[in-house]
Amino acid sequence: MPIITSSKTQQEYDVAIVGSGAGGGQMAYTLTLAGLKCVMLEAGRNYSPETETAMFQRADQSPLMGTATADKAFGFTDATIDGGWEVPGEPYTQASDKAEEKFWWWRPRMLGGRTNHWGRMSLRNGPYDFKPHSRDGLGFDWAIGYEDVDPYYTKVEMLVGIYGTNEGLENTPNSPEGVLLPAPKARASELYLQKHAKKLRVPVIPIHRAVLTRPLDADSIPAKLHPGNAWAQKLVADGMRARAACFWATDCGRGCSLRANYQSTTVHLPIAMATGNLDIIPNAHAREVLVDANGKATGVLYIDKTTGQEARVKAKAVVLAASSGETVRILLNSKSAAFPQGLANRSGKVGKYIMDTVGCRVSGQVPALENLPPHNEDGAGGVHTYVPWWLYQEQKAGKMDFARGYHVEFGGTRRMPGGNNPLPDDLGKGAYGTKFKEEARRYYGSFVGYTCRGEMVPNEDCFAEIDPTVKDKWGIPVLRWHWKWSNQELNMVKHAQETFTALIEAMGGTVRGKKEAPLKAIDPGGKIIHEVGGALMGADAGKSVCNGWNQTWDVKNLFLSDASPFPSNADKNPTLTIMALAWRTGDYIVEQARKGAL
Amino acid sequence: MIPSNEPTPMTPDSSSSPARLPRRTVLKWFAAAAAATQLPALRSSAQTTPAAKGYGTDPEVAKFYEPGAFWPLTLTPVQRKAAVALADTLFPADHLGPAASEVRVIDYVDEWISAPYAPQQKDREAVLPGLAWIDEEAQKRFQKDFASITEEQRRAICDDICYAPEAKPAFKRGASFFAKFRSLAASAYYSTEPGWKALGYVGNVPLVSFDGPPPEVLEKLGVEQTVK
Repeated sequence: MPIITSSKTQQEYDVAIVGSGAGGGQMAYTLTLAGLKCVMLEAGRNYSPETETAMFQRADQSPLMGTATADKAFGFTDATIDGGWEVPGEPYTQASDKAEEKFWWWRPRMLGGRTNHWGRMSLRNGPYDFKPHSRDGLGFDWAIGYEDVDPYYTKVEMLVGIYGTNEGLENTPNSPEGVLLPAPKARASELYLQKHAKKLRVPVIPIHRAVLTRPLDADSIPAKLHPGNAWAQKLVADGMRARAACFWATDCGRGCSLRANYQSTTVHLPIAMATGNLDIIPNAHAREVLVDANGKATGVLYIDKTTGQEARVKAKAVVLAASSGETVRILLNSKSAAFPQGLANRSGKVGKYIMDTVGCRVSGQVPALENLPPHNEDGAGGVHTYVPWWLYQEQKAGKMDFARGYHVEFGGTRRMPGGNNPLPDDLGKGAYGTKFKEEARRYYGSFVGYTCRGEMVPNEDCFAEIDPTVKDKWGIPVLRWHWKWSNQELNMVKHAQETFTALIEAMGGTVRGKKEAPLKAIDPGGKIIHEVGGALMGADAGKSVCNGWNQTWDVKNLFLSDASPFPSNADKNPTLTIMALAWRTGDYIVEQARKGAL
Repeated sequence: MIPSNEPTPMTPDSSSSPARLPRRTVLKWFAAAAAATQLPALRSSAQTTPAAKGYGTDPEVAKFYEPGAFWPLTLTPVQRKAAVALADTLFPADHLGPAASEVRVIDYVDEWISAPYAPQQKDREAVLPGLAWIDEEAQKRFQKDFASITEEQRRAICDDICYAPEAKPAFKRGASFFAKFRSLAASAYYSTEPGWKALGYVGNVPLVSFDGPPPEVLEKLGVEQTVK
């Protein structure tokens, strides 16, 4: 069973999966290795990282020196194709004209979705992160706890390969011994920060990222993941052997033709395809979940983008893993006599409580980092260390004016140059000629950037609904977004700005750029591309969309396997948790199928 | 899912580039330049206009491109001559590497200002009148165009416009153009392999292992490797 066109579908599948990213990929992996026949719908085109990744291109080998344009929001060599915050012919609308009340909705249209371009940060939620309401009275608790997800975090880490260390810090869980791959060595600026951050009691530790710092142990991991299933073990071992370890060059945002980092297209989908149990239909934009007279899901109605025609796939169960926004859109557009408010929406909660990550940034220049002997610090194509949230006890003691945490990611220093001027005018002071070159060389590597990645508290003002009039080029009604930051987020930004300033100054550096008010400094909603929520899980069918298995309350054979069921958006980055929950939901679906309950 | 490595800014060094010229100012300046030389207005209408379409949302990225691969370059021979001369004054051949013209800096600048995207079109409005102005300034001072005067004479002009905050009122516009041009030329120069060498970047090569900063770097910073 391969990549197919609409005309080649089978009569009926066990499960139809909408979306091919982290959630859809993990779901397809789990279900097909258990023998279920699956079809996957992807709204974008087929995509092959092995042949389509720009691995070594310099800026002078790409148009506009590789810089960002309206067509390629992260630059020419970024992995994302046919996508971005704007997709031609596929608009969305805003309820407000104010810049700070707009939501930027990122939509890649390609096999593997957002997993082709992402930071590969793979942090576990901690125990607090599943019970935030119990801890601070805000937002919602998850219907499950850390202990439910812990074994699935471990399985995902073993399968995709995560580097990092166990530091045993509060609410920053360790992985079992031997699961994590070796952490890459810290870069010069990271070590310098680590040394000086100590004065401020800010910890700098290795981060966890989905990059192979050595080959996966294909001889022993598959048996741990699929005990008693020799067939699955062989396929998984083959998949692991097809991946090379990182060769310490080129940015992960380009994707990886070596398969050294995690992309659904290099890790999950090849194994799922090898089972023979998966059909993938690219260019298939899901429009509605089909239901029968009994209110059970029977399949998916989609637009075949190659013809513009409607098409259907039939299945005994349906999994939506299309991203929070797109899953909400599909549910709300799936109206029928039995479900006049949209599917799985008897609670009226579909589309509510959408969250993004709180982002802001402070840059600086550190004289101690000037004129360092040239050395290669490309490393693992992304961050090696970070600052985990460190003030849980201060929050607990009521000393802070915001309730949730943020972590700090680092940028700058000796990255591959190109496409920008390395010597800012205020430092160059008019230099040109040889003097310019000397000054540029002196300052190269001395610029640092600190980025806040923080937890937003869900609120009533952040939601998506169907726009009553606007449709996209395929005739599908579009989403209208509502967005408003609360003081929780703005106070966090203020704290982050002050902390980053203190870090830069502790290193003897100076902050660059002027300090903005928090509402100006905070990245717009959706800009960090950590959109979660919109179909929250909960313990009460009247107040939530799905249960702790990500099974919708109203339609028993409909499951949500992206981040839409997340009741909170911990600072830990959503992807690892999406995969862990998808595996867990997949196991539940397999169990239900074996019982004949689908 | 944004990697911590932030996306490349939309324009080179957008944080410190001079305030953008309002369109009205550009037009006024252009009119002044036209009156002075009696040619640029005509030259402007003869100017090839930038392409209407960019490379689209699904270009082939795993490929090596030359400047102008997606849209035609539009500098006129006169503009190009001035631009090459200015770029070589900014980036001469020296102990830190080749001259701008040896690494085709102006081809990249030309591709930039010929691009259909809004930020680049805006830069075009600053660069083209600026090139006309610098030729005019050379004519005024030395009775030759900028490319035909000596390096010393070029530097005499550049010295008046190289630092906007300290430029005399008469040279404010020239200084604003110079800052934009220098930023574009630097962006291009440091996109090339010789540019990397000039800066001290030594990556983009596959390695068997990543060993972190070498001992001399750790020593200079007074730190130890903490990731074992």
